[in-house]
Amino acid sequence: MLDDFLIRAALAGVGLSLATGPLGSFVVWRRMAYFGDATAHAAILGVALALATDLPLGLGTLAVALAMAATVAGLAARGWAMDTTLGVLAHSALALGLVAISFVPGARTDLSAYLFGDILSVTRADLGFIWGGGALVTGLLVWRWQALLTTTLSEDLAHASGLKPDRERLILTLALAVTVAVAIKVVGALLIAALLIIPAAAARGLSRNPEGMAVLAVLIGAGSSLAGLALSMWQDTPAGPSIIVAAAAVFAVSAGVARRR
Amino acid sequence: MTALRTEPLIAAEHLCVRYGASEVLHDVSLAVRPGEIVTILGPNGSGKSTLLRALLGIVAAHAGRVMRAPGLRLGYVPQRLAIDPSLPITVRRFLSLPVRVPHAAALSALTRAGLPEVADRQMTALSGGQLQRVLLARALLCDPQLLILDEPTQGLDQPGEAAFYRLIEEVRQATGVAVLMVSHDLHVVMAASDRVICLNGHICCEGTPQVVSTAPEYRALFGLGTQGALALYQHVHDHTHGDHSPGADGHAHGHSHAPRTAQPADHSDA
Repeated sequence: MLDDFLIRAALAGVGLSLATGPLGSFVVWRRMAYFGDATAHAAILGVALALATDLPLGLGTLAVALAMAATVAGLAARGWAMDTTLGVLAHSALALGLVAISFVPGARTDLSAYLFGDILSVTRADLGFIWGGGALVTGLLVWRWQALLTTTLSEDLAHASGLKPDRERLILTLALAVTVAVAIKVVGALLIAALLIIPAAAARGLSRNPEGMAVLAVLIGAGSSLAGLALSMWQDTPAGPSIIVAAAAVFAVSAGVARRR
Repeated sequence: MTALRTEPLIAAEHLCVRYGASEVLHDVSLAVRPGEIVTILGPNGSGKSTLLRALLGIVAAHAGRVMRAPGLRLGYVPQRLAIDPSLPITVRRFLSLPVRVPHAAALSALTRAGLPEVADRQMTALSGGQLQRVLLARALLCDPQLLILDEPTQGLDQPGEAAFYRLIEEVRQATGVAVLMVSHDLHVVMAASDRVICLNGHICCEGTPQVVSTAPEYRALFGLGTQGALALYQHVHDHTHGDHSPGADGHAHGHSHAPRTAQPADHSDA
């Protein structure tokens, strides 16, 4: 069954949605959209590093995404003006990555695969990496769910309940870096943040509780992956952007439904 | 008092807190014992919230220390809770954070806080007074020995405020919980407290409401002759308005808190 590239692509999309649903909900709740962008854009630099040093792509992107996420989190803790700082970091990392990648022989031709994903060429090994990473992120978030949610609502309340907001923030940072490393193959560095935010935003209007929103975001993400793949097959459109287009369509419908209620 | 022990539930000893170079709290010592209601009074910027945050361990002490009774169960009601509209959450779900509580316990806490019918409402749909009561209900769920409230009636109108303090008193009667709260609001608080601590970077004076309200340090902060920074408070001091004279200076006794409270801009409406 896994011999069919389309099946592998569908499984990759569904596996990734397991992580992006709950993580994307936190990104929306905590207004970390730009944070996600910065981390995802840095992944291009990771690709360049991995290609230049013959390391596995996943390792390179994970390392650089982690470094970027840690940098951003560190600056945030020191009270930097985050909007500007993240804008500088996100775009600098992307530009630096694009420049760096031009020095790697042969990589230029594959550039769009890193920017927009190449879900149709997912291998069995990729699939293992995606599902492993997705399970790791989901597991982390489920394990820390109550503490993460309390911290998101109010760091003071979390503190008073004996929780450590810094630690919960670190867990989200970690989860974000792993998700970026896993997602780059599926939707590419430019659209990872979209896959985090759009399904969660679409789920918001239809949910009454945080858990409902996270689960619905998983379902919308998975459904969008399948619909995007179908669109891609049918109209020969690029798969990664097609997935985001499908998610955006769900968002539009959900916003309409939520307004009518 | 319901409790026989007189060991403090929470205490600060010679606590100093700094933000950068400025010392917000200097040599503050206090203790809260079982069953008592203690109110910290002080003008804006006097370090009231910082003191609570230091007691809760949110900000670190620069010097001195905070002691808690072993295994202290503490309920905290923050000054406000701004929930991002992107986060859907019902009152019932909110009460189960961070520890999941049985439905019956959640409902009885809401009933005690005077809101038996809001369990299924969205947190973002509550009025200011309802939100404060929900925060109180959540704080009561751990069966606390000590409640810490940071200006819990901010944003409530006068009747709402009076009702909230009555509720605190009722809860104390029913459960014997000790209460430590912060306020910049005098008259309701005075009536509701066993002990008042007057704070302005350091402890100016403390004691029963009657003792504190006649202390010169207290008057310097809230009463006679300090129209400038404290014009806001005058409405609660009708009894002192008769002897207003331009020359009366409450700071004459030499307290060093004048520069903090008497910002030049604040004199404009004096």
